[in-house]
Amino acid sequence: MKYAFIAYAQPDAFAVMSDEERAAWEADDAEFNAEINDRGWFVSGEGLADADTATTVRVENGRAVLTDGPFAEVAEHLGGILIVDLPDLDTALDLAKRCPAARTGPLEVRPIVT
Amino acid sequence: MSVLDEVHREQWARVVATLARIFRDLDLAEEAAAEAFATAVERWPAEGTPDHPGAWLITVARNRALDRLRRESSRTAKQRAAHELLTTRGEDPLDVPASGPLADDRLRLLFTCCHPALSPEAQIALTLRLIAGLTTAEVARAFWVTEATMAQRLVRAKRKIRTAGIPYRVPEPSELPERLAEVLRVVYLVFREGYTPSGGSALVRVDLCEEAIRLARLVVELLPGQGEALGLLGLLLLHHSRCAARVGADGELVLLGDQDRRLWDRAAIREGAALALEALRRGRGPYALQAAIAACHATATVDGTDWPAIAALYGELARIDPSPAVLLNRAVAVAEVDGPAAGLAMIDSLLSTPAGAALAASSHHPHVARADLLRRLGRGADAAAAYRRAAQMAPTAPERRFLTTRLERLEADGSR
Repeated sequence: MKYAFIAYAQPDAFAVMSDEERAAWEADDAEFNAEINDRGWFVSGEGLADADTATTVRVENGRAVLTDGPFAEVAEHLGGILIVDLPDLDTALDLAKRCPAARTGPLEVRPIVT
Repeated sequence: MSVLDEVHREQWARVVATLARIFRDLDLAEEAAAEAFATAVERWPAEGTPDHPGAWLITVARNRALDRLRRESSRTAKQRAAHELLTTRGEDPLDVPASGPLADDRLRLLFTCCHPALSPEAQIALTLRLIAGLTTAEVARAFWVTEATMAQRLVRAKRKIRTAGIPYRVPEPSELPERLAEVLRVVYLVFREGYTPSGGSALVRVDLCEEAIRLARLVVELLPGQGEALGLLGLLLLHHSRCAARVGADGELVLLGDQDRRLWDRAAIREGAALALEALRRGRGPYALQAAIAACHATATVDGTDWPAIAALYGELARIDPSPAVLLNRAVAVAEVDGPAAGLAMIDSLLSTPAGAALAASSHHPHVARADLLRRLGRGADAAAAYRRAAQMAPTAPERRFLTTRLERLEADGSR
């Protein structure tokens, strides 16, 4: 089954880290990515630039309205998506618990429509 | 109880769980099991009860499930797999792997129903429907929602199991403590709704209490030697042993100290106390400790209750689970050992914390406890205010009447 790991980042999650903490997080992240590659679980994934660089497009009555910023003013913004192919939800949740992105904000695990 | 009721009680979970293993589809398993029991209701009175009712029901349910799959379509991968399993591999999928308790299908079903990715409401609803065999209407009544709402909740929960890929398996030994705790909590919540209903006019809902005890027995049967499961069963039996004495002839609440102990169920107390002891021997987990506390209360003599032991057990429980409810009970026990002033100080310090304040805003229990201690300290006006608050918040009519009576008595004493 394919699952999307949808990472929501707290805006200051990295800002509040010391240099050592950030380096440790990045090392964990690299190790995590290597593991899912080696096990053949990785399907695709991208990280997103900060939410304040977004432009939101709404087409209403045939007219496009642009807004500077993300679509909703919330505490945590979508920070990245990872698609993995795993046997079942237990495997997915075990992996998610070890995912460094779960330490910088909530990580939503959602099945991909097949 | 009729033969069919008895067979339903014993075999329902087994039929659903076996079908779920064969077809990997809870909806199909539930519907086919229900159809098999409906067929039994039609045929058994005339044809007689089969020698092996369980095997008969599973065979009928499996055939109903296959009919349904053939009717609906035979092209999806799942159905092909089921068809293949049943026709070409030459093995009988009804043979339950016989290697020890972990192979029992009911255990798989129980852990699936109580999977941590499901909300507590969904876990309870699935467990009562698929394991205990209550109808959707009965599950709805148990939790004060309409049948349509409960049906929707069950559909959503089963869809999540299917779509999210929640596996149908027994957890590995390393995961077992955490996953078992989830199962035990579901059973405990069913009992709690029976023992202290969150609404309605009845003080106790005996049917729900008994359903929870049956579930706890099943967990002990399927996972023997698990201390916390033994502790939970002991706890429920000990609480339930006082069921007949807790409600007076007029339907009013009778407090522990005023209960007619001849009405206590001695057999349940003996079994519960033995289970509590065994549970404590295997590990001093939260249910083992609560069972031990309940055993202290149930085996108390007329001369007195071993309050120092109860206060010590609550102290140990509070270190594992410092929840406001535990801290409140601990304060009540301490009041019996060190006097009402000591207990009241503990309650007031609890209520000054955010968690304690949240308890005071949502439950009548802290107000009942404060009212009693204030009354014993001779602070009549403060006690009356606490009784008033408690009576406003009590969820059932008998409890409200009980508290109002206490308040009236206090006011009558004060005006003399």
